[in-house]
Amino acid sequence: MVEVNLHGRQPQTVINLRRVEELHEWSHRHTQQTVTIGSAVPYSVMETGKIAELVPALAQAARTVGSPQIRAAGTLGGNLGTCSPAGDSLPVLSALNAVIHLIGPQGTRDVAWGEFMLGVKKNALGSGEFVHSITVPVIQGWQGYAKVGTRNAMVIATASACLVRDTEEGLISIALGSVGPTIIRCSQAEKWLRKTTSLRAGAQINADLAVEFGRRVSDEATPIDDHRSTAAYRRHCVAILAQRLLVRSLA
Amino acid sequence: MSAQELGNEIYTLKVNGQSHPVKDAWIGESLLYVLRERLGLPGAKGACEQGECGSCTVVMDSQAVCSCLVMAAAAVDTEILTVEGLGENGSLTDIQQAFLAAGGVQCGFCTPGFIVAVHHLLDSNPEPSDDQIRESLSGNICRCTGYGRILEAVKIVISQRDAS
Repeated sequence: MVEVNLHGRQPQTVINLRRVEELHEWSHRHTQQTVTIGSAVPYSVMETGKIAELVPALAQAARTVGSPQIRAAGTLGGNLGTCSPAGDSLPVLSALNAVIHLIGPQGTRDVAWGEFMLGVKKNALGSGEFVHSITVPVIQGWQGYAKVGTRNAMVIATASACLVRDTEEGLISIALGSVGPTIIRCSQAEKWLRKTTSLRAGAQINADLAVEFGRRVSDEATPIDDHRSTAAYRRHCVAILAQRLLVRSLA
Repeated sequence: MSAQELGNEIYTLKVNGQSHPVKDAWIGESLLYVLRERLGLPGAKGACEQGECGSCTVVMDSQAVCSCLVMAAAAVDTEILTVEGLGENGSLTDIQQAFLAAGGVQCGFCTPGFIVAVHHLLDSNPEPSDDQIRESLSGNICRCTGYGRILEAVKIVISQRDAS
């Protein structure tokens, strides 16, 4: 709607999906330990309750979106359709290896997060396709989202990060927002951490290691200077965010 | 191409309990625009047009939303409540009276958005904590009052409703 209000976009056809009930629903599949969320489920539903218990990082990200008014209307479908690198839910979907379920004239298809976001506001949606729902795994272990902005409410991320610690698999994944043309998954830093230390339940991490992890994470960012911040500050932010999230994940 | 040439779709919105046919509208118009310019309901105010300021807050299906961010054509089938629909027969609600009593209105531009947001807050949570009041009004910007008197107004309403 902002595109229409401020940037002169003139849609000639509008398809109202409000009546499509399944887009407003979400479900927890116990056997596969996954949560599937319809593309029209608003952030206000994810902030608290069962989704927040099962996917806490998504709830934290949802909680930082805009204002209560925006969270009542905003959805994962909107975040995915727009595909801004500052989209608050997107680092969470990246760190959790989400699968995006699409529907279009050719039928349905599933796209892994890694193949969905192609650039700044560019995604894998074909002509006539829309996001039906999103599936994320329920992970055993800590997960969290952190964001830097100029104030606490109603702010677009200067930089953001989501860290997920899978204690069963002994893996940590970390994804960054607002520091590159797409969400950045820091696979080098993840690999380094896996080689350096055990990440299974009960593992300890010393402070120096967390600082080094932050440095390696920020090396993988490709931020720019723009009206919202500078590349140097953003690089600094993601180092601190990664360091803090890692420490929190082991606390 | 002008907006008019793009179509003359007719749809119906339910606002303040009444059905309003929307004629000759361009399909991309925001709910805010349709309320103000087509349905003669200028209570919701347009300022930032991008969801930052909350001046256009209305309640849609029991949720406070920014009407500038809702496509009017996509609001078909919903129940919309604007500031015009709050008081009975043109009288002020207790919330509006408390804003006046506390000095929560200065230039007044943001006031309808705040009134609707407070109405929605107290409907869903009659006894909010200070933090919950601040949180629920975090999407409404006021450049005059500094917010203190607005918070005071909300507390006046809570204590008055408690007493009655």
